[in-house]
Amino acid sequence: MSEATLSLSTAGLTRSFGKLEVTRDVSISLPQGARHALIGPNGAGKTTLINLITGQLRPDAGSIALNGEDITALSPQARVRRGLARTFQINTLFPDLAPIEAVTLAILEREGRAGQFWRRLTGHAEAIDEAHGILDQLGLADAATRTTRHLAYGQQRLLEIALALATRPRVLLLDEPAAGVPKDESAALFSVISALPRDISVLFIEHDMDIVFKFASRITVLVSGAVLLEADPEIVRTDPRVRKVYLGQGHG
Amino acid sequence: MIGQIAIVLFDGFAFGMLLFLLSVGLSVTLGLMGFINLAHGAFGMLGGYVTVLVMRQLGLPFLAALPLAFIAAALASVVLERTLFRRLYKAGELNQVLFTIGLVFVSIALATLLFGTVQQVIILPSWLRGSVEFAGLNFTSYRVFLIVVALIVTAVLVFGLERTRLGAQIRASVDNQRVAQGLGLNVERVFAITFALGSGLAGLGGALAIDIVGLSPSFALHFLVYVLIVVSVGGLGSITGSFVGAALLGIGDVAGKYFLPEFGGFFIYLFLVAILLVRPAGLFGKR
Amino acid sequence: MRVPEPAPKSLSPRDWMKRQSRWSVYELIAWAAAITPFFLFPTYLPLANQIAIAALFALSVDLILGYAGIVTLGHAMFFGLGAYFAGIISVHGWGEPITGLLMAGTFAGLVGFVSSFLITRVQHLALIMVTLGLGYLTLELANAMSWLTGGTDGLRGMNRWPIFDTFRFDLWGYTAYSYSLVVLFICFLLSRRLVNSSFGLALRGVRENIKRMPAIGSDHKWHLRKIYTISAAMAGLAGALTAQTTNVVGMDALSFQRSADVVVMLILGGTGRLYGAILGAFIYFVARDQLAGINPQYWYFGIGVLLMLVVLFMPKGILGFLAGLVERRGK
Repeated sequence: MSEATLSLSTAGLTRSFGKLEVTRDVSISLPQGARHALIGPNGAGKTTLINLITGQLRPDAGSIALNGEDITALSPQARVRRGLARTFQINTLFPDLAPIEAVTLAILEREGRAGQFWRRLTGHAEAIDEAHGILDQLGLADAATRTTRHLAYGQQRLLEIALALATRPRVLLLDEPAAGVPKDESAALFSVISALPRDISVLFIEHDMDIVFKFASRITVLVSGAVLLEADPEIVRTDPRVRKVYLGQGHG
Repeated sequence: MIGQIAIVLFDGFAFGMLLFLLSVGLSVTLGLMGFINLAHGAFGMLGGYVTVLVMRQLGLPFLAALPLAFIAAALASVVLERTLFRRLYKAGELNQVLFTIGLVFVSIALATLLFGTVQQVIILPSWLRGSVEFAGLNFTSYRVFLIVVALIVTAVLVFGLERTRLGAQIRASVDNQRVAQGLGLNVERVFAITFALGSGLAGLGGALAIDIVGLSPSFALHFLVYVLIVVSVGGLGSITGSFVGAALLGIGDVAGKYFLPEFGGFFIYLFLVAILLVRPAGLFGKR
Repeated sequence: MRVPEPAPKSLSPRDWMKRQSRWSVYELIAWAAAITPFFLFPTYLPLANQIAIAALFALSVDLILGYAGIVTLGHAMFFGLGAYFAGIISVHGWGEPITGLLMAGTFAGLVGFVSSFLITRVQHLALIMVTLGLGYLTLELANAMSWLTGGTDGLRGMNRWPIFDTFRFDLWGYTAYSYSLVVLFICFLLSRRLVNSSFGLALRGVRENIKRMPAIGSDHKWHLRKIYTISAAMAGLAGALTAQTTNVVGMDALSFQRSADVVVMLILGGTGRLYGAILGAFIYFVARDQLAGINPQYWYFGIGVLLMLVVLFMPKGILGFLAGLVERRGK
């Protein structure tokens, strides 16, 4: 595979907190349209890896490339503007804004028009319509004008994704999108994710193995900050080392 | 000239020790609970007025009045903590700032109604008046006494925090409240005790301050800014930080007023801003 | 006044958003009430002038505190800079009020822009202390430069010309209050437009969750610098109005007390709703005028108790409390 067809790739990412190495020489690559799962026991460094890729954390060594361009030195917001978006494991929303406002804000930031203080917000009609379209696509149209803090938890999880989509990502990193959602609802949530356009590459963290095997086209297993295995789902399913890691942790 | 410098350093250090007593409690409670208590200075003022009262009305000696100042401030603070402050731990810094400023206004008004706006004076025992001669220089006895008291308090605090059970609990709670709670620590109780001790020290500081800076109802507000500088420059929850911050501020303030009366205050605030921009968590702060 | 409520099914999101920024009848009543002192309470015109200026100052603080979440205890810095700038140019021969006002605002805005780079570096207690420190720095500097500022004696020899060469500043305060009220109203209209713009939405985003902003691609520090600059300029205008309408500038224009008072007014009225600033200034000054007349200590006691009650029982301020009552009655 040549570099150019990769949406996202990391090479030798390493990061320590004090003496603790939380990310060790991690190299992963996502071709365009990938549905890539990142799994591993608690404390394996999955969220840290996402934070490194999105720029919330700086790596001690290694590099990150987005569509072939080195983005290791860029700020988080610059990465977002180049098409790298994320969601958070713990809801990181705007509690007092309505979803339509929050998503419109993300769109206006993308277009570089959020700083205009002389024009009425309602003058940005196309942005509002686009925001409404995104909310509609995720089944949030009815909740669009309610205050975020009053939404049902599952709706808030969907809003996480809506905010990320509003940035028009080419690569989407989902940190446990179904965290805290009951099992039957989480399947519905993932069918929303799998319905995303194929030109968006997705890297997601998920604990529920049924969901992982159902939706992932490729899986990376992270243990103690290092890649144990990267392979197709059927190989991961039968790999004795993966089995051992999970049985050892009591996940089954 | 060298003699002048020595005296200025001495006076400044003594003033710094006073600031340390007035602020160390706030630093620890802020580090522990994140509660910005601007009424901390009011406990200092309470300690001061208690001292004046018991010396004048009951004729108690100065040394007997000091522990009473400590106890009165500690008790008052526990009552306020249990009834009012605890409602505000999760209310955000702005609400905490405003609520406690409101309390300061009320305490100033009450103090004025009770004692008037006059500066209160107390008569120190004879052994604290006059000065001590050392290496050809005269050091005020009272300031020597003040430094000794502050050093004893520091030693007790450091020892208590490192060696006692309560100290270990406080340290654990400052480091990580959730973990401490998970370990079965009664963080609320630890906090109430810490709050009382910290306010008590402010009360002691207020009593000791009478002879240095005087005592009037504006005390609660006047020292607030100094106390906040010590806490933020030193770093939240750090006794060492408060000590160093207070000593630096005390010496800087006295030296500034002595050598550069025009620009003294200017440099203090310049350093405050510069230090916080480089180290937003203060010199000894963790976060 | 923004009272978020779910839209009825028939309302499109666009219309719902339009609704959020519509003028309400309460607003018209409020501004109509602002004119009444001319006819009903002419002896209170100087007080009304003070209130209008304080409201403008509180409005400037609401923009950063209420909308962007920047807690400041040093905003008197910009008020004082505006006041001294307007005062000093009139001492040195330029007494034309309107241009003086605009220059003073621009000057305060420039200083605000420079200091905004410092402000955006810190948060929480460090932020409060940096604003407080910068405020004191300015005060000490003005004190040390007494050859320019008059030091503790205050600025002497100001000479202001009539507005538009026609309206002299009279003893009763007709001109003063008209002038301040017009400036307040214009600044209010600009603020209203600003908070209802996409920039206003971005500021609310910063206030609601600063951590999310970079994740939606926002350079939120530039938003903060921009609003801090605008707010500083507006505070400078308020200061300049004080200098021009009262003909006095003293060190108290820069004092910590002024920085704290303005935050108190804003919290009393309610943050993040523009009118809170105006209502807060009104309550503060009327209460002070009434209580301090009896005994200054009553005033201190009253404002202290009021603050504590508002924090405990009206977290959205008096205006927010009233808006809540109106909303409940409407249901």
